[in-house]
Amino acid sequence: MPELTSEKHPGRVAAVLRELLVPVVSVAIAVIIGSIIMLIAGFDPIAAYSAMLKGAFGGGRQIGETLLRSTPLIFTGLAVAYGFRAGLFNIGAEGQLFMGGLSAAFLGIALAGLPQPLNIVIMIVGGAAIGAAWAFIPALLKAKVGAHEVITTMMFSYIARYLVSWLVTGPLKAEGQIPQTERLPVESTLPKLHEMFAFLVPSRVHLGFIVAVLIAMVVWWVLKYTALGYESRAVGLNPWASETGGISVSATTIKALCISGALAGLAGVTEVMGVHFRLFDQFSAGFGFTGIAVALLAKNNPIGVIPAAILFGALSAGGGTMQLEADVPQKVILIIQALIIFLVAAEQISRWILGQTVRRGVEDAG
Amino acid sequence: MAPPLVEVREVTKTFPGVLANDRVSLSLNAGEIVALLGENGAGKSTLMNVVYGLLTADKGEIRVEGETVHIRSPRQAIDLGIGMVHQHFMLVEPLTVTENIVLGIEPTHAGVIDFKKAREDVREISRRYGLAVDPDAVVRDLPVGMQQRVEILKALYRGARVLILDEPTAVLTPQEVRELFGVVRTLVDEGLSVVFITHKLEEVMSVADRVVVMRDGRVVGEIRPKDTDTAGLARMMVGRDVVFRVEKTPSTCGDTILEMTDIRVLDERHLEAVKGVSFTVCAGEVVALAGVSGNGQTELIEAITGLRKVESGTMLLKGIDITRSAAHETIEAGLSHVPEDRHRRGLVLDFDLMENVILGDHRQAPFAKHGILNFSAITEVTRKRIEDYDVRTPSERVHAGTLSGGNQQKLVLARELGRDPELLVAAQPTRGLDVGAIEFVHKQILAERDRGKAVLLVSLELEEVQSLADRILIIFEGKIVKEFMSGEASDEELGYFMTGGGGDKLNAGTGEVIVSDAGTDV
Repeated sequence: MPELTSEKHPGRVAAVLRELLVPVVSVAIAVIIGSIIMLIAGFDPIAAYSAMLKGAFGGGRQIGETLLRSTPLIFTGLAVAYGFRAGLFNIGAEGQLFMGGLSAAFLGIALAGLPQPLNIVIMIVGGAAIGAAWAFIPALLKAKVGAHEVITTMMFSYIARYLVSWLVTGPLKAEGQIPQTERLPVESTLPKLHEMFAFLVPSRVHLGFIVAVLIAMVVWWVLKYTALGYESRAVGLNPWASETGGISVSATTIKALCISGALAGLAGVTEVMGVHFRLFDQFSAGFGFTGIAVALLAKNNPIGVIPAAILFGALSAGGGTMQLEADVPQKVILIIQALIIFLVAAEQISRWILGQTVRRGVEDAG
Repeated sequence: MAPPLVEVREVTKTFPGVLANDRVSLSLNAGEIVALLGENGAGKSTLMNVVYGLLTADKGEIRVEGETVHIRSPRQAIDLGIGMVHQHFMLVEPLTVTENIVLGIEPTHAGVIDFKKAREDVREISRRYGLAVDPDAVVRDLPVGMQQRVEILKALYRGARVLILDEPTAVLTPQEVRELFGVVRTLVDEGLSVVFITHKLEEVMSVADRVVVMRDGRVVGEIRPKDTDTAGLARMMVGRDVVFRVEKTPSTCGDTILEMTDIRVLDERHLEAVKGVSFTVCAGEVVALAGVSGNGQTELIEAITGLRKVESGTMLLKGIDITRSAAHETIEAGLSHVPEDRHRRGLVLDFDLMENVILGDHRQAPFAKHGILNFSAITEVTRKRIEDYDVRTPSERVHAGTLSGGNQQKLVLARELGRDPELLVAAQPTRGLDVGAIEFVHKQILAERDRGKAVLLVSLELEEVQSLADRILIIFEGKIVKEFMSGEASDEELGYFMTGGGGDKLNAGTGEVIVSDAGTDV
């Protein structure tokens, strides 16, 4: 077919904007529906949203809190996104996260007295390795006997959670009443960003955020520029053509799920090293599951995971302020989160609304 | 003079990067069969989807009986008396014929579907238009030709006066094609008008009153079949003279490239599909494996290309044992594979052309070094392949799925031949392609042979086998039952052995025996 000179090479900028359209529109619609719900419930949406914005971005401390809360979500979002790109639904990121946290809590004590940079590197690598190992058995089952990863990773998630539950109440329990592990020595923790960069306003955000952003870039690069990432995407899009092209589908599946598990494991590592400094039963607020929503919103693009995670982090950070200042229950945040997920998942709805507008425009012109 | 029943005026439709219809005009009179002829990607289906309300034109107008209409949905098209039967049927397979036909406009009695009336209605229209079909049969159990009748009945039940058939013969056996043509004529005798989308020249000659030829999104001509012949139509369609049978010089057989000895392979159900096959292919030779679909060809090819386990026997490629080799090892040993299903096995449709071109060589120089892809080399090679193999595309960055079927196959050939293999295994390389693309593929295969490479061709088309092969092996029920040299056997003889030498299945003189038998597994 002949080319259209005017649209010969749709620019990259245009392509990126097109990709952004649906997530942005979805978030906007979710905010609008959220305000309608607040109105019906008798709250003032403008006051609520301004309180929320203030709580999330109102100052250095607030921004720090938002980034702190987005850090584990970047990792779990990347984990789920990488899996999806290879055609795998790693619903068990939560379990791999728990194993990563467990490894950090254990290594942090074991490495007491060693230099901090060394500890940070060992604990990050160790947590990633344990996360990968925890995903390896489901991956092997998937590759060899076709057991569906949604079931197996989920089951492994329960095993991990209850394993941690048992360890923090028994073998690894610290002195005292509370079921938790011993507090990590300072050389086994991640420094706060304001401690590293003097010009920053003090806040809780730690080095883990920078690590998360760097890892997101690495994952993006791996997917786009390495043979490994190419094979993962090929298998995700068309396993039969991949097989015909000489790619081992089972080996690629195993690698991809292990990479996914490693990324999820890092979320647990940074939560333990940067936020809680110890491990306990409830140390994750379902980050593994919110990671699925983050990946969806990011359309499985590793770079897109960063803003998507920050959005969810901001909702979480701003929710408290909203409740405090506008007297709107924090649960509204959950409604908005659910709406975003729903709208992104139902991308067709957004596309349809956009399509209708475009159609009408064309007809008016004609 | 009455205005045409349907008139399309100056319709323009663009998709991102392509002008699918460029000021296309077309008229259809009552009681007329118009064939819309063109290569894959010429814009025929786009135009008819505009008429049927599935797409909205950017510019132009549509008139029905002289009145300008705005068709925004198939429902509106149906209300205007326009019906369409798509290439891929839109039937609910577990439901009966009657249930499918009345779906959405069921006759009701006190809020309950009146199946008795529905069944009678279906009987009535099927009698009136000579479309015999059992109203109580479950659609899933019907052969493809019957399912197509159900689609046509669906349109008639909704009061269609104009019937658009999108590539209706693509899925039919020759026998079913003849029956369909009979149906089409009856419909026209009953006062309907038919638009027949196709790229097959013989069909146009035998069924159409008038032929509208499209090329590159434009109407390039209009002619009556009696004023032309297939060569003339082909010239209009492709824009140049087309060679139906490529010229070929006698082969010079060199070293043995592929040596298969007593190969046995199982199919999905663990039944023996290939039962002790032995043959060789030498350098500079095209060996065709001819047979009716489902006689072990697919399993044999998968075994050679490392996609399926070989139970026993040995396979040597240039003396190297590849019996137990994985797919990537066969590629490294010098084997290229044009798979029979290019959408499933040939291409990753959501990958761009660059990513498709490197598939299979994506870990090799110059595309990758230490596992890192080199995109400048990839872009350069892809551009060269696109040029060498005449892949028509707006750029190397578009997804393979946006290309037409012919260009997709050229892309597969570009990748597989660009690797400079010792052996090319080509399975049904021209399936679903139009004449221009078929000619291109055939020339490439013979060029490969003339460069001293070995070619194993698997084909269901006798014409293709006869025109390309230096040696023909006939496969029947997993065994090679006969071998012919090029030109040694007539189509009838080939057909005779392909159907097990039984004779009773041989439809002498037509050469259609192959495909009609393939229809039995539907």
